Amino acid sequence: MAAASSISVAFVGSGGAGVLTSGRLLLEAACAAGWHGLFTRCVGPQIRGGEAAALVRVAIDPIECHGDRFDLLVGVDWLNAHRFETEIPLGPGSVVISDPQAGDPPAIVAASGARVIELRLKELTTANPAWRGNMIALGAAVKLLRLDQDELADLIEKRFREKGPAVVAASLAAAHAGIAAVANDELDLELARPRATAARRWLITGNEAVGLGAIRGGIRFAAAYPITPASEVLEWLAPNLTRVGGSLVQAEDELASINMIIGGSYGGAPSLTATSGPGLSLMIEALGLATAAEVPIVIVNVMRGGPSTGIPTKSEQADLNIAVYGVHGDAPHIVVAPQSIPDCLLATQWAVHLAESLQAPAILLSDQFLGQALAAIPRPADVSFIGQRQKATTVVAPYRRYALTADGVSPMAMPGLSGGQYTAESLTHTERGLPSTSASDHHAQLDKRRDKLERFAYGDLWATIEGQGTLAIMVWGSLTGAAREAVAQLASAGHAVRLIAPRLLSPARPQEMAAALDGVQRLLVVEQSHGAQFYRYLRAHYSLPDNTSVLHHPGPLPIRPGEICRELLAGLTR
Amino acid sequence: MNANTVPACRAADYRSEVKPIWCPGCGDYHVLMAFTRAFVALGVRPEQVAVVSGIGCSSRIPAYTNCYGFHGVHGRALAVATGLKIVRPDLTVVVASGDGDGYSIGGNHFLHACRRNVDLTYVVMDNHIYGMTKGQPSPTTEPDFDTALTPGGTGLRPFHPLVIALASGANFVARAFSGNPAETAAIIVEAIRHPGFSFVEVLSPCVTYRPDQRAWKDRVHRAPVDATDDAARAARRVMTDDGFNLGVLYRGSRPAYAPRHDTAVTDSAELEREFEL
Repeated sequence: MAAASSISVAFVGSGGAGVLTSGRLLLEAACAAGWHGLFTRCVGPQIRGGEAAALVRVAIDPIECHGDRFDLLVGVDWLNAHRFETEIPLGPGSVVISDPQAGDPPAIVAASGARVIELRLKELTTANPAWRGNMIALGAAVKLLRLDQDELADLIEKRFREKGPAVVAASLAAAHAGIAAVANDELDLELARPRATAARRWLITGNEAVGLGAIRGGIRFAAAYPITPASEVLEWLAPNLTRVGGSLVQAEDELASINMIIGGSYGGAPSLTATSGPGLSLMIEALGLATAAEVPIVIVNVMRGGPSTGIPTKSEQADLNIAVYGVHGDAPHIVVAPQSIPDCLLATQWAVHLAESLQAPAILLSDQFLGQALAAIPRPADVSFIGQRQKATTVVAPYRRYALTADGVSPMAMPGLSGGQYTAESLTHTERGLPSTSASDHHAQLDKRRDKLERFAYGDLWATIEGQGTLAIMVWGSLTGAAREAVAQLASAGHAVRLIAPRLLSPARPQEMAAALDGVQRLLVVEQSHGAQFYRYLRAHYSLPDNTSVLHHPGPLPIRPGEICRELLAGLTR
Repeated sequence: MNANTVPACRAADYRSEVKPIWCPGCGDYHVLMAFTRAFVALGVRPEQVAVVSGIGCSSRIPAYTNCYGFHGVHGRALAVATGLKIVRPDLTVVVASGDGDGYSIGGNHFLHACRRNVDLTYVVMDNHIYGMTKGQPSPTTEPDFDTALTPGGTGLRPFHPLVIALASGANFVARAFSGNPAETAAIIVEAIRHPGFSFVEVLSPCVTYRPDQRAWKDRVHRAPVDATDDAARAARRVMTDDGFNLGVLYRGSRPAYAPRHDTAVTDSAELEREFEL
């Protein structure tokens, strides 16, 4: 049997069947034993009912994406499985666990050539009414992955302790029944043993990492309105901000939340809100206000399928245009995209630093995949930067809040400073902040706000650039992990491929990008948007090689490493 | 010079050098005067006051003061002020608005600011018209008032801001008339001193688009009864009065909004414990 560096497992069932619990416990059992891994959910909008799938990938190294196919699919029931079939690719080497009494697996299972193992879930739960099918399924998966069964028992005990000893006992019994039911079955692959390491690891979601990065960067005030899939950022921040002397207020809508954080920041507290596409749309007017009045704020936008209400529970990279361009007037601001779950922490902390240093709004473009994925990651290294706003401490009368300076940043007076009184102004204004309709004031302040962003030293964090070669993949945000895995696959096939992933999307960095692309002859742009927004953005701001093509499709389908490899190589012979 | 020896400010010390854009005779001049007189009476330094506004004639006030000011976008002044006051409870935060900015585009924030009860003072200059955009009907315009945008009038019943404030939980409700700046200043002083969200509706005539409002000075009168602490009674009174009843109408006793602070953690590294495997 081949030793695999990763194995992918999917549990599917009706919403409420408990497959998400199965998925999370499977990941926890693997991580407790030293493996790394990733758990994502694939659900409909229903609170109960509807459909749910738990996608788990267990690996010997930290991973950032799902693989090209699933090795094991466990159907707790098949009632709504057809809604996921395109999101759970199978192959001839895959194994499917199916209850013959629950109907036939979806046609795509048969078409894939996967081997089916029967597991009589319904019979077992009918004979033992306290057992739940998801625990039986979990037991079967733990056995087939050869994970530690005692570890599983500990986790079940911990998870259900609050529900009482009867629930714990029934869950343990159900899991053991699942283990017994597949006692004589094997997968085609064996997961390689975990690497021995003493490194500290975290089990964290991208949304939690954003919250932690915000506080580390100095955020002390947040205002927000609930929205899928960003609410976890807020729910993590709500108690934790109060622990560091800050606060979070729930606003009446997104118009209020962004204006509240503008007020908080004007008062001196580094401030943040988190939302998703519909909320970002509502915030755009005030984004222009923060730009014009030069009030630093951070907006976390966890992208979901759009336009309009779209697919709230699933990922897409289609808010790039609104994030970069969606403000009336010429309104330069900062757009930063995290590239992985650990990068959610780093990129958020950096976004706070940039907003505060530049007295400008910063949008962090995360997405549902990163935000709601749970992963075991090595503890990210500490980074030193925290928001450092240039504040006025002494004032020469009359105070010029919007003074033209060499770097474009003007010291900001905090309310309470005597002699620093000024009006933060949404109208075109003079250096003093007084309303003006003159062309010279308008031009001077537009130049100032553009120059402060363009002249800033962003350093190496502006992009991830890995590898050498004349072939390159250009990617952004959460697809960076899939692209990195594609580069590794191509390397093992003898192709040296460069990976370029800008973390800073606005302002554009033409010189740095030219250096990153130097020598590249074949470029593949990869993105998850219907309209190829990233490709068009790159075309607008940068010179790309003649042999450039784009692999793009909308969410919710992820773009997988194998697809990227095929597309890059196909372009060589075109 | 320390705080104890700072000389008291005069009304002029709260005024900036900026010349207002208002029409001659506009009621808002007197509201500005009432603001500065109120600050003198309170003895609060200009740098300890923040005047926050949205868009419209009334919202030009911040730049005419020598306080910290915020002139934001249309309808969102209460949200800006809420964030500011939560972060800086040491400041005196006054919000200036008008009937379009505050009751139409900003209507939702009005409801929730009343309900949230942050310690703010909300002064709405109501002239039943959009002045800056040149004469369109606002939520308080009479139904038969003819305008270019609504020929023959809107046919809509005017909005009743005082009742809405009471129903939504405002902690202090008053009506003033800009033509009586001393009385208006006294009401603003009381509104600022009252904890929680204080709402002051100021009848402030628009002499350009509503010359009929010049007659307001003859119609206003002092409320015949004292303020009540019963919101239902206050609401009944303002629903049945003639709309020109001036004075403090309601004083509530709800505690002002206070964010929960818990400084249990001194090092943010402690926050990461929950993630450790």
